[in-house]
Amino acid sequence: MITTAIFWLFALVLVGAAIGVVTSRNPVYSVLYLVLAFFNSAVLWVLLEAEFLGIVLVLVYVGAVMVLFLFVVMMLDVNVEKVKEGFTRYMPIGVFVALTIVGQICYVVWHKKMGFELMVTPAPTPEGYSNTEAIGEVLYTQYVYPFELAAVILLVAIVAAITLTMRKRQGLKVQDIAAQVAVNRNDRVRIVSMDVEREPSTDGESS
Amino acid sequence: MIGLSHFLVLAAILFAISVAGIFINRKNLIVLLMCIELMLLAVNFNFVALSRYLGNIDGQVFVFFILTVAAAEAAIGLAILVVLFRSRRTIDVDKLDTMKG
Amino acid sequence: MNTLLIIVLAPLVASIVAGLFGKQVGRAGAHWVCILGVGLAFVLSANVLYGLVYGGNPVINERVYTWMVSDGLHFEIGFLIDNLSALMMCVVTFVSLMVHIYTVGYMHEDPGYQRFFSYISLFTFAMLMLVMSNNFLQLFFGWELVGLVSYLLIGFWYKKPTAIHANLKAFLVNRVGDFGFLLGIAGIAYLAGTLDYAEAFAQAPAMADQQMILIGDWSWNAVTVICVLLFIGAMGKSAQVPLHAWLPDSMEGPTPISALIHAATMVTAGIFMVARMSPMFELSPAALSFVMLIGATTAFFMGLLGIIQNDIKRVVAYSTLSQLGYMTVALGASAYAAGIFHLMTHAFFKALLFLAAGSVIIAMHHEQDIRKMGGLKKYMPVTYWTSLIGSLALIGFPGMAGFYSKDIIIEAVHESHTWGASIAYYSVLIGVFITAFYSFRMFFLVFHGKERMDKHTREHLKESPWVVTVPLVLLAVPSVIIGALTVKSVIFGNFFDDVIYVHPSQDVIGVISAHFHSVLGFTANSFKHPPVYLAFAGVAAAWFIYLKRPSIADNMAKQFSGLYRLFENKYYVDHFYEKVLAAGSRGLGHGFWKYGDEAIIDGAMVNGTANTIGRFAGWARKLQSGYLYRYAFAMVIGLSGLMGWLLFKS
Repeated sequence: MITTAIFWLFALVLVGAAIGVVTSRNPVYSVLYLVLAFFNSAVLWVLLEAEFLGIVLVLVYVGAVMVLFLFVVMMLDVNVEKVKEGFTRYMPIGVFVALTIVGQICYVVWHKKMGFELMVTPAPTPEGYSNTEAIGEVLYTQYVYPFELAAVILLVAIVAAITLTMRKRQGLKVQDIAAQVAVNRNDRVRIVSMDVEREPSTDGESS
Repeated sequence: MIGLSHFLVLAAILFAISVAGIFINRKNLIVLLMCIELMLLAVNFNFVALSRYLGNIDGQVFVFFILTVAAAEAAIGLAILVVLFRSRRTIDVDKLDTMKG
Repeated sequence: MNTLLIIVLAPLVASIVAGLFGKQVGRAGAHWVCILGVGLAFVLSANVLYGLVYGGNPVINERVYTWMVSDGLHFEIGFLIDNLSALMMCVVTFVSLMVHIYTVGYMHEDPGYQRFFSYISLFTFAMLMLVMSNNFLQLFFGWELVGLVSYLLIGFWYKKPTAIHANLKAFLVNRVGDFGFLLGIAGIAYLAGTLDYAEAFAQAPAMADQQMILIGDWSWNAVTVICVLLFIGAMGKSAQVPLHAWLPDSMEGPTPISALIHAATMVTAGIFMVARMSPMFELSPAALSFVMLIGATTAFFMGLLGIIQNDIKRVVAYSTLSQLGYMTVALGASAYAAGIFHLMTHAFFKALLFLAAGSVIIAMHHEQDIRKMGGLKKYMPVTYWTSLIGSLALIGFPGMAGFYSKDIIIEAVHESHTWGASIAYYSVLIGVFITAFYSFRMFFLVFHGKERMDKHTREHLKESPWVVTVPLVLLAVPSVIIGALTVKSVIFGNFFDDVIYVHPSQDVIGVISAHFHSVLGFTANSFKHPPVYLAFAGVAAAWFIYLKRPSIADNMAKQFSGLYRLFENKYYVDHFYEKVLAAGSRGLGHGFWKYGDEAIIDGAMVNGTANTIGRFAGWARKLQSGYLYRYAFAMVIGLSGLMGWLLFKS
């Protein structure tokens, strides 16, 4: 009974937050609504006994990704009014497509009788069962290569993000050690052969 | 009693909202990225719910990977956004029509 | 059979050698090979004719080669050699040979010497194919080949705009006739189911009982329809009114060609064809009347035009038209033998006249206006005497070749009971006077009277070289004697007995031959009839007006200026063709071009396709907006659509 109440409560807040994400005029609010949605999702995932993922969601998403979003939103000087122009223009089609998709999935779930209603809620996991441990067991055995691939993807993402955003600013008063080391004599010294110039007369001194 | 279909429909609603969000916020790249995150969340919801109801931990592993890729995607997406903003002083999608045929 | 093949192929081979290897064989090589080819054909033809007439050789009707068989219809090449075709072969090859020899002198300065020889040999080949044919397909082949070569020859001087105009005109006018001819052949193939002469003629009586529905429920006797259509073809080739317009213009070609076209080959094709089809024409009195009336019209009205022409070659050309009218009248009167007989005699004296005219033209440095000639008698004796012989033969001076053939035609028309025979009779009778008048008008203006040429030309006047005069003499001989020699056997004998079929009720030749006893008697008897006196009157009138009192001619031209202008404009037939038919076709073509081609094909179909694609692409281009979100929209909408399809398809 309590799970039912929790589900409805958080599900409603989740949907409300999601609506907030897509409708709020200021991107900062959108980010904050998204944070709220992730929190609610995490709760619902815990309800589904995916404790590890719920925590990861909070840690990684709320703690890292959303903060990144927030940084970017704050950093970029986005003209909010202009961005929101034509807000309602595509509203009808958007709502229509959304309703279509919901309707289709509801049709599948409730009407097509794919056997979902037969799937009874499994019994809660016993004491001492660790979801993290269970995931870890498959992750480091069966899915070890995909796991490592995921690590590479993250690395590539880091490198890509840095290379994309890094820029060299001109006129900074810092030492460039590499440039100093790479200096070549020929770049700096030029030997010019020229005729011998006569000494300028020193009449004034002699007289 | 809360059943599997509740979670599935909830995920569908989330997905639909984010789809509608893409339509509504067509001009704002940041919100578009957020809508994609929301979409991925809806997908993850399905994975988690089915993993639970089928008693198969693999679904959660998939969610794990999706989270990884989504994080990478968000990082790169935002990086691109920053570069874009630097070069064009705007992230108005209406002005980004270089691909126009 | 081998002989026949050699007769046909010798000119063709000569033509190919002269035409394709003209550079290698040189000028002399070209003319020798052509003269030898045609000469060989003539000798063998004469041999064939001799064998048929005196040697008692049977008539040859053989198939040489079957080209294809389509639905029981045989397309073949074959030879039918009887007295008619053998006679034609001799006439064609003889005149052609004379023209070949003459050309050596006439064209010797022309840069297209080898080409010219190639053409005239090809012309001979075409004509031989036509006359020797035993089926309609080959006849049509020869017919078209003759038309093609005449096109090439009339436009031989292709840098001369008038020549180009004339050869195009000849080709187009012939095309009108050929269309009728082709329809006639198609009618025969449709009704008789065969293209072979003998088989088709065997079925002709059956066809005579059939009706052919032309338009709606307007039906005609099948044989009449076919004969009239075939005769329309003959009208084109033999230059009968109203398809005569090409012939005077064809004078733009070199003179030897005029001789060849007008005397021996092209124009005789129509006459020959009608004579060959006698078993069919005999079954249709209506078609015969049609033939006779067309012939009478041509004989009379074209002769009148000859009076006012000033171009030496055009006078001869109009006389050809008029004489062709005589032949056609003979055909219409069922006197096929007389028509062919006149064709033969005419071939000799008309070739003679043309070559003589050419000789005069050479001497006059290509001046063709008879008003600028005169008194040539003393400069060119050979040409003078041969021209006199030709003119006398043409007007039907008693004893000359033309006399017998023309008199028999007039007699035959007189005896004929075909509808329209009386009109035709008076037309040809008056035609005799007109012929004599214009022939001797030209003769007097050219050879007698004041010398009206300029000084420079006069100083250079001299007789033409022997290659020119020898053919003149060789042609003058038969022009005198051929009529008296052959009239008895050809007309009154049994020369054409098995070849030409004449219905007993229409056998006018038979009526005439009842009165025939001897050639001399026939000649003497002619003085009891008007034609001879009319001819003398014509000569006398010409002498009086053009030699004695030249002022009369001018006065008359002024007096009857309306009539004169009508003649000068050739009854406005050319104007009619140009202003009404040509302009109408051009208008029609313009309409088709503007609406059919430009609007529908170009506009709607060709450009329309491109425009539709362009418009569609322009519309599709808008989809390619470059806006990322639009692509995302498309994806999402497509996704939901796909899902819907998957869900609801069953």
